[in-house]
Amino acid sequence: MSRVKRILFYAAVVGVVLALVLPIITFFINAFAFRWFYPQFVPNEWSLQAWERIGLIPREGQRTLEGWWRLLSSGSDVINALGTSLALGGLVTVLSVIIGLPAARALGLYRFRFKRLVEFMILAPTIVPVIAFVLGLNINFIRWGFSGTLLGVAVVHLVPVMPYVVLTLSGVFANYNPEFEEQARTLGAGPLRTFWYITLPSIFPGLVVAALFAFLVSWSQYLLTFLIGAGRVITIPMLLFAQASGGNNAVTAAMSLIFIAPAVLTLLLSARYLSGEASAVGGFGRI
Amino acid sequence: MTHVVLQKLNKVYPGTTQAAVQDMHLDIPSGQLVALLGPSGCGKTTTLKMIAGLIHPSSGDITFDGASVLPIPAERRGAVMVFQNYLLFPYMSVGQNVGFGLKMRGVPQKTINQKVIEMLELVKLPNIANRRPKQLSGGQQQRVALARALITAPKVLLLDEPLSNLDAHLRDEMRELILSIQRQLGVTMIFVTHDQEEAVLLANQIALIFEGVLQQYAPPDVFYRQPISERAARFFGGVNFIAGTRRGDRVTTALGDFVFNPAGKDSAPEGAVTLTIRPEQIVLQPADTRNSIAGRIRARIYVGTYTRYKIVLNDGSEIEATRPGDVGSLEEGDAVRLAFPEDRIWVVAQR
Ligand SMILES: Nc1ncnc2c1ncn2[C@@H]1O[C@H](COP(=O)(O)OP(=O)(O)O)[C@@H](O)[C@H]1O
Ligand SMILES: [Mg+2]
Repeated sequence: MSRVKRILFYAAVVGVVLALVLPIITFFINAFAFRWFYPQFVPNEWSLQAWERIGLIPREGQRTLEGWWRLLSSGSDVINALGTSLALGGLVTVLSVIIGLPAARALGLYRFRFKRLVEFMILAPTIVPVIAFVLGLNINFIRWGFSGTLLGVAVVHLVPVMPYVVLTLSGVFANYNPEFEEQARTLGAGPLRTFWYITLPSIFPGLVVAALFAFLVSWSQYLLTFLIGAGRVITIPMLLFAQASGGNNAVTAAMSLIFIAPAVLTLLLSARYLSGEASAVGGFGRI
Repeated sequence: MTHVVLQKLNKVYPGTTQAAVQDMHLDIPSGQLVALLGPSGCGKTTTLKMIAGLIHPSSGDITFDGASVLPIPAERRGAVMVFQNYLLFPYMSVGQNVGFGLKMRGVPQKTINQKVIEMLELVKLPNIANRRPKQLSGGQQQRVALARALITAPKVLLLDEPLSNLDAHLRDEMRELILSIQRQLGVTMIFVTHDQEEAVLLANQIALIFEGVLQQYAPPDVFYRQPISERAARFFGGVNFIAGTRRGDRVTTALGDFVFNPAGKDSAPEGAVTLTIRPEQIVLQPADTRNSIAGRIRARIYVGTYTRYKIVLNDGSEIEATRPGDVGSLEEGDAVRLAFPEDRIWVVAQR
């Protein structure tokens, strides 16, 4: 690289990092500041009051085992929403992987009629705005008593989640040799044990990536949860949106940090553990 | 020790009209080493996987010791396959790979460990149980794959191209290992290959297959002396083919008449036939003129252990003869007589 190019390159890196990291730093400062007024560059007094106010940690002086326990069992809005979001994300992850595995396997390994059409249908939710189908879906969900239930919301979350899961996993299967399974069969492993001992370990890195995608996409849903949840399924994004439209900066920042925590954690983890294997993941290998 | 029989076996893949395997009838006596030989795409792997239980035949039957195995799934059939690229499970150690079959049978770990050591000794790779497959050479990987297959004491061992991924010097080693294991354990072995040399090196019996159809099933030497067709002869390196008409023990060709010894050679009918003789059976400069014709040496190719002569005949056609070493003093351009010994001539029906 010439010198000019190198300077431009580093400038770009710094720019991207700042664009991504600066808002998060702002959240951090806001969430932990006691007061933060102009012209202070950083606040000179810090506190946990925002976290106390949203009910995620006990008040000063009550941070004993008993205090924590009382808080957790009290069921503050944030703790309830955290539980709902985690349960919902977990449910969506499990469902999407169970449905996505056979689909991705078929797309990655085999040729069949209308394959392109099936691929398009699976990818469609990334192009079509969710609002286009969710209203129609909601009418049926209300009829079936699905509306306002965790399972109902999870099923609707599958719509935006499935493209990511299937895309990731079919990339894994495109580089997958099914003869390993045949080898295990002739050595005496039945279908279940073949899956457990052969298939699962081979696709594990891709499966982790797919599961993380599923969880994160579900975690960040607002509109779908709002419409299908019928006010009875309250997740973190719903609290955050309510809070953001008028409220205390520090509290909003704390909520935002909770909201982005899984994404940041995933990013750090994937950089640490998945970099090698994740590079094998990508696209519908053999279109 | 299992007697394997394929009875009128057919496989038509869904969405195709041409059968990949057609009316395959093959009787493999217990303890034999049989090669399924044929060009790529002739249905060898399909046949092997049907025996293993990995592909279900469209019709026909497969029996082990007289009992049909079609209702038995692959994992309980006792036909273990060793794939061409060995397929060692990469995230398991060599020992775990070899012990896999016993683990699936619920054998206690202590017994497994002992058997693994035994098997690795059998394939002459002691003390590598703790290594990873990646750390082994191709030849070692294949031997581990062999040990992994043998540990379950299979009824039938199925090998896909067992020698073709190996260097020349490893081929001999592997060949001897397979033969000695076969003798030691007496297991029935079926292997597939597209390489006639590999088939001849290893097999007691060769089943030659073209386009899913069994052509000839015989010991290796028969394919050199008595191939079923011109194509079969060509597959085994035959190059000399002369069109003619057979009447009794006489074949009339454009080059003259040849007398041959028809004892036990009923492959060709009376009428239009192709006469064939292997290059190494042609006698150059014979003592008498029986069954002989004249030609001129167009090219002399010295190959070290033998010499090849390309000889142009009276009618302009060409024939090849070989001689061991470089005996004699035949040069390019020399006129030469060549004789076809009557018990070395073979005739097949014209296509
Ligand atoms: N899964 C399949 N679907 C359709 N055709 C197949 C399939 N597998 C193999 N074939 C066809 O069947 C024929 C025999 O294949 P195969 O048994 O693999 O041959 P070989 O092992 O002798 O090279 C080939 O023409 C091949 O294209
Ligand atoms: Mg094959």
